[in-house]
Amino acid sequence: MSLLIRNGRVIDPSQNIDKVCDIYIDKGKIDKISKKIKTPSGKNVKEIDAKNMIVCPGFVDVHVHLREPGYEYKETIKTGCMSAAAGGFTSIVCMPNTNPINDNASVTEYILLKARTEGIVNVFPIGAITREEKGEALADIGEMYEAGCVGISDDGVPVTNSNLMRRAMEYVKPFGIPLIIHAEDKYLSSDGVMNEGVVSTKLGLKGIPGASEEVMIARDIILSEITGAHIHICHVSTAGSVRLIRDAKKRGVKITAEAAPHHFTLTDEAVVDYNTNAKMNPPLRTQKDVKAIIKALKDDTIDAIATDHAPHSQDEKNVEFDLAPFGIVGLETALPLSLKLVEGGILSVSDMIKKLTIKPSEIVNIGRGTLKPGAIADVTIFDPEKEHEVCPEKFLSKGTNTPFSGWKLKGVVHKTIVSGKVVYSKN
Amino acid sequence: MAFNRKNILSLNELTQGEIETILDTAESMKEVSSRDVKKVPALKGITVVNLFLEPSTRTRSSFEIAEKRLSADVLNFSSSQSSIVKGESLVDTAKNLEAMGATIIVIRHSMSGAPFVLAREINSSVINAGDGSHEHPSQALIDLFTIRQIKGGIKGLNVLIVGDILNSRVARSDIFGFLKLGANVRIVGPGSIVPKYFEDLGVQIFYSLEESLVDVDVVIMLRVQAERKSLEFFPSLREYSKFYGLNKDKLKIAKKDVTVMHPGPINRGVELSSEIANDPKSVILDQVSNGIAIRMAMLYLVSTGDKH
Ligand SMILES: [Zn+2]
Repeated sequence: MSLLIRNGRVIDPSQNIDKVCDIYIDKGKIDKISKKIKTPSGKNVKEIDAKNMIVCPGFVDVHVHLREPGYEYKETIKTGCMSAAAGGFTSIVCMPNTNPINDNASVTEYILLKARTEGIVNVFPIGAITREEKGEALADIGEMYEAGCVGISDDGVPVTNSNLMRRAMEYVKPFGIPLIIHAEDKYLSSDGVMNEGVVSTKLGLKGIPGASEEVMIARDIILSEITGAHIHICHVSTAGSVRLIRDAKKRGVKITAEAAPHHFTLTDEAVVDYNTNAKMNPPLRTQKDVKAIIKALKDDTIDAIATDHAPHSQDEKNVEFDLAPFGIVGLETALPLSLKLVEGGILSVSDMIKKLTIKPSEIVNIGRGTLKPGAIADVTIFDPEKEHEVCPEKFLSKGTNTPFSGWKLKGVVHKTIVSGKVVYSKN
Repeated sequence: MAFNRKNILSLNELTQGEIETILDTAESMKEVSSRDVKKVPALKGITVVNLFLEPSTRTRSSFEIAEKRLSADVLNFSSSQSSIVKGESLVDTAKNLEAMGATIIVIRHSMSGAPFVLAREINSSVINAGDGSHEHPSQALIDLFTIRQIKGGIKGLNVLIVGDILNSRVARSDIFGFLKLGANVRIVGPGSIVPKYFEDLGVQIFYSLEESLVDVDVVIMLRVQAERKSLEFFPSLREYSKFYGLNKDKLKIAKKDVTVMHPGPINRGVELSSEIANDPKSVILDQVSNGIAIRMAMLYLVSTGDKH
């Protein structure tokens, strides 16, 4: 079957396209983008009316926790993919901190098999840097690369041993995949549970200083300089981190960075009343940090928007703040929260789309995030003006752990198309 | 002044008026305690549960006496003895207690914010009897009550808190309480346990005990922890005591009628020299009756407060 998407505002930053026109999709590939495409005769063509909608490459999220294998009660590859599709994401990159950890090719193959049979969007796994993410010995990086891993990361924990991190960079560089860095100095973050500042002081909660992130980013920039490895900094949360990354980019270091919607939307004030749905790592920071991240998105110091989608069960979250696990879901709120940057005049809608499509695709080099003729037809159609209320109970993710419950936001995904097939449709 | 709260979770969220209402109510409760028959039927038929998930004999017995003087039915649960608590989440425990008819739950917990989890999940009233390093409202109310008695008021007093501010729940409640009633609050201690963020709460920070004592009306001494983990914060108790231990000579820097208070069991010779600890002028041991009066007032007010 072929698809003909009519009359949408087609925005594809990879080709500098922003115009109202049609897109013809045939055999799972983008065939043509132009005005008033004639319906091809003798073919089974499904037409989609995208009037007043934006049609763009399917979103790419380079930071998702799918929880399978091992934590299927939190999320499965199936539900995670459904959640992604509902959020307009056609490609998701999943972190290795499952059980078992994705530190060898058999786990990678399992994830890819599950994704092929049960997942409705593209899944690209990240392998661990170190065996069991213990920070002691290198994982089977080469074999995981061969099996399909698009990057390596010990996300959730840092590689504390600087020498091992250096070796990992040297080892991974020839494979051409990035080191994806969860920057945290565990000695500084200690047993902290939220941002260290006035709010943590009032609440009597142990603080995680911004310095714990910045110290590690500084270290890894220096290590990248001596190894030449591409490092990608996950979930940038502080003004200091932004400064370090901006400076490194200026000096030509091979560094990219992502920010999560919660980090450019909320501050640590959201934790007041011990709301465990505002507990994540890195934590929500201060207004000054939020401003710095927004500025960094604008000046391209931060390349991509990534959700750090981290589902947990309600029972796990409905406990004392210290006991609750870090993390919130993000796939189904990313678009409307990113659109707030457009509404606020910070990003053009095209720049926002760039940070959700071609930019993240380039970071992990997966060749998605574009509507170039011949490209695999991953397409997202959304209504940027339609308002809705965030209802976690209606999420397709198993996780309802979001601090945005009840928020009224603009931006609704209308259809998500993967390889020319509609995998999600707003009813 | 009306008191329209179902819970007392922190002094931070109480208004000046609400704090004064508690103190005034405690005055009448103190009168009850001076009678021959120390009992009023205010909480008759009401079940109060003391849920002490962190050991504390002093605070628990004080609440228990207060509850009994108000004729409440009292149930005690502690982490060690109760089967209801073992392996069960705090929320489940609370729901069970509510199902058993607990109208008021007095909770002590080792983690900050635990009383808020309870208050969110159940309809019973919740009183925070100390949570992690967050707050210890009843202790601060006792301090306020005692100082108000001694000095005739709180407004304008210079109050100094000495010691482990970072980890102390008493410090936080005292800071909020004294500030709300118009005192000037100073804190002093080693830089590592006197975080700069307190300045944003309206507190003046000192690192020299001598400098901080100038013109002080009230000194509140916090107990310092002698555990190994605290060695991250200062080198030794000996060195701590040298710089931050209070003795007669240093105390001379403060106002003549200075009052010294110590909310918990003290390390004699560390925070306080024995000569001060034994001085009848320092209000260290004699907070027991005020403690009962304050806790009676808290229990009474939440039981009459707005039930939404
Ligand atoms: Zn991470």
